[in-house]
Amino acid sequence: MNAPVPGLAPRTLIGTDVVRPNAKRLLAGRGAYVDDKRHPRELHAAFARSPHAHARIVRIDLSNARKSPGVFWCGAGADVAKAVSPWVGVLSHFKGMKSAPQHAVAIDHATWQGEAVAVIVAQTRAQAEDALALVEVDYEPLPAVTDMRTALDPATPVIHPALGDNLAFTRGVDTGGVPEVFAKAHLVVEETFSFGRHTGVCLEPRAITADFNPAEQQLTVWLNNQAPHMMRDIFAKHLEIPEAHVRVIAPDVGGSFGIKVHVYPDEMAIVGVAKLLARPIRYVADRLESFATDIHAREHFVKARLAVDQDGGFLAFELDDLTGIGPYSVYPRTSAVEGNQVVNLTGGPYDFKHYLANLRVVFQNKTPTCQYRAVGHPIAVAVTEGLVDLAAQKLGMDAAEIRRRNLIADDKYPFTSASGMKFEGLSHQACLTKLLKLMDYDALRAEQRALRAQGIHRGIGLAALIEVTNPSAAFYGVGGARISSQDGCTLRLEPTGWVTALTGVTEQGQGTEAMIGQVVASTVGVPMEHVRVITGDTDTTPYGGGTWASRGAGIGGEAALQAGLTLKANILALAAVILTCDAASLDLRASQIVDLQTGEALLSLAEAARIGQYRPDTLPRHFQPELTVSRQYGQRDYPFIFTNGIQASYLEVDVETGFVKLLKHWMVEDCGTIINPQLVDEQLRGGIVQGIGGALFEECLYDETGQLLNATMADYLVPMAAEMPDMVIGHVETPTKSSVLGAKGAGEAGTAGAPAAVMNALNDALLPFAARVTEQPFTPEKILRALGHV
Amino acid sequence: MSQTISLTLQVNRQSVTKTVEPRTHLIDFLRNDLALTGSHIGCEHGVCGACTVLVDGEIVRGCLTLACQLEGAQVETIEGLTESGAIADLQAAFLQRNALQCGYCTPGMLVCATELLQDRPSATQVSRTEIREHISGNYCRCTGYEAIVDAIEETLKSRHATKVFAKEVA
Repeated sequence: MNAPVPGLAPRTLIGTDVVRPNAKRLLAGRGAYVDDKRHPRELHAAFARSPHAHARIVRIDLSNARKSPGVFWCGAGADVAKAVSPWVGVLSHFKGMKSAPQHAVAIDHATWQGEAVAVIVAQTRAQAEDALALVEVDYEPLPAVTDMRTALDPATPVIHPALGDNLAFTRGVDTGGVPEVFAKAHLVVEETFSFGRHTGVCLEPRAITADFNPAEQQLTVWLNNQAPHMMRDIFAKHLEIPEAHVRVIAPDVGGSFGIKVHVYPDEMAIVGVAKLLARPIRYVADRLESFATDIHAREHFVKARLAVDQDGGFLAFELDDLTGIGPYSVYPRTSAVEGNQVVNLTGGPYDFKHYLANLRVVFQNKTPTCQYRAVGHPIAVAVTEGLVDLAAQKLGMDAAEIRRRNLIADDKYPFTSASGMKFEGLSHQACLTKLLKLMDYDALRAEQRALRAQGIHRGIGLAALIEVTNPSAAFYGVGGARISSQDGCTLRLEPTGWVTALTGVTEQGQGTEAMIGQVVASTVGVPMEHVRVITGDTDTTPYGGGTWASRGAGIGGEAALQAGLTLKANILALAAVILTCDAASLDLRASQIVDLQTGEALLSLAEAARIGQYRPDTLPRHFQPELTVSRQYGQRDYPFIFTNGIQASYLEVDVETGFVKLLKHWMVEDCGTIINPQLVDEQLRGGIVQGIGGALFEECLYDETGQLLNATMADYLVPMAAEMPDMVIGHVETPTKSSVLGAKGAGEAGTAGAPAAVMNALNDALLPFAARVTEQPFTPEKILRALGHV
Repeated sequence: MSQTISLTLQVNRQSVTKTVEPRTHLIDFLRNDLALTGSHIGCEHGVCGACTVLVDGEIVRGCLTLACQLEGAQVETIEGLTESGAIADLQAAFLQRNALQCGYCTPGMLVCATELLQDRPSATQVSRTEIREHISGNYCRCTGYEAIVDAIEETLKSRHATKVFAKEVA
């Protein structure tokens, strides 16, 4: 059970499995996603996109497309630029970072296959697509920069000549003395790791409808986005409309995972065209466009070393990370964050002093990359845990034992990592102990040995992790990005005694609305059914950052808690006036004002609300009931509130075919106060499977000319039900002291650790063959190559 | 493309007559012409299962079926299945188990599971592996599938228990 939260009624809903109130309509087919809503006079857009990875646009002729049936308007880059100004995706705290100005629709220069070069607007989407066939573009193909390993070579063309080279960002960390530590170490293990570029594959593609009303100079945008207030600021800035005249509505969103938190040029084009035409314009990316234009992520090539003493103690990590981000850094979060996270997080769970890291972030002619669920974590965790297992193997030490010896001790907090990360309070050792018990580690090892003797090759892989959650302004605000690290909650007591909650954090299926409802019901003292939660509308919800970096519960939940406590105090003040007693002698429980000591019901909340709203004339002249309250919360104690956890994978490798069967997966994690255990567990399960996707299946494959080869769901493999394991989830709870609620995030830890656990399990299974795999995804072909069978 | 044809079929047990272009897919017909937006579009090439509906009692991909193929057919969507109460137990199991997150795959997943529930009227036990294989053509990015398998398994068991009880008391 949770530690009691101060100020909460004893029978709190926090820590219980409340079903999500908004799930019923989704189950009934009554969800309302962007593409479900029809708008009077709406038009539909389609984009002509560059077939070349890199080309000069010599000429665009739209005259025939304009004559196509149903076509209303056609425009190229310069036409759209009349309404939308370009942007540059850099952050000032990333010293020396550079990127080129990017337009909504390319002007003169196409820099990846799939970049929009013209937009067609027609009565129907089919008519708009018919007209695409009549768009004439003369391209002068240019050499494409595809291999990030040669992107900085002098012989490689520079994608944006004005930038001077293809280097977007570089950063180093050096604690000093690292070469000396490696030179003297008992053991040094070294490995190269590569990570396949992959993407989010949200089942609902990106979708937008934008409408501009010139009579009010009002822009309204329905957008399946995680951060509506951020987008409102950006639309206002780049379309030169006062921010107060921009409304962004994020209705039901069909999965996001970080994909839907960025500025996409085609969406900016739609908003611009809506302003030019003063008509609602709808655009939904098709699956090919999703693969070619949704942000990609995780294309990294890493060389890393670990120095170990004779007892298996870790002395130093060394990391060289090279990552390719496409032709532009994505606005406004930038494409340098992922690599930066790899540098920050490598070695993160362990107690060691010496660290040397070097990061290079380079441009290339592929789809732009940016933050995708568990940003950088899966890379840092795989590199770290891969080296840890290798060290254990060389020392002849058990994989669990080497972790027990090196994970930061649970009584050693606050702790600052070698890379400079500050940890408030983690529970690595407790999580390891619980995991080993949960999976019956020793019995599993015995089973593995027994089966190995029968020619059945199973592997056990462990992966400890830390996760960045509840970010302060250190993530973006300090770098000049207008991305809020705080969030707000407004509560309105209705005259019926029900509560309407408006929150800045958004819902994409995680259960945000249920979580906020639980916190509000618990703090105010009303049943869950009497709380209605509203999200995703910049006209009505308090200003805030939205949902990313696992901040919904930790930031949005705390704002809701503070608002709830304030509303409760105001209600009790009103009740005290009505009852002519001291407010301190009252409590509010289950919609009844009760005597704090005896629990005797004195007044219903509905009656108090009725008097407060309709009969203030019966109250003393000096007393004004305040039945609408707002509170905001931003985490300011640490740059980030880290969580921790550990995962284990158990799998079987068919050494004849290279096929991998996932048998089971375990995870023990610590996200502080758990508001809704079921929702947390399902976040972890979903995250684990997303991580498994990257480990075994998913990769955006390009040829040397920058052509994306597998941009269909038949060719780009994602985890499906038949191949996925059942997952056992356990928890340790270390609430953060930075908030009253004590909640940390849980959205990304599953994805952070699963690839490493699977990799380590695979290599454990392959141990008798002296074969190793370190290039994700671990396809049957790569496994057979490692085995020397092909 | 300007050529159109007239089409009459049953959708959710109501007769519908519409004029469609021959190229119109069933999913676009349902969503755009009939405003039945419960069925979703995910990949448009038959892989993801978001557009799964029942045609004459069998699950089909709405993105691989042309509307004009369905003269006289019986089409059932999530809206019809919900309003008839035919899968209320399955929907309740999904709700209790949180077998959905964003909900975008859910209508297709429910329709797919409906077929399994219909096809196994006498099954005492359908293994989790069989459930996983049955829904392996329906992509869900959010849940990791385990909760969905749990909810379907739970519904199969409770339907079986109901049948056994009905037999015993008859």
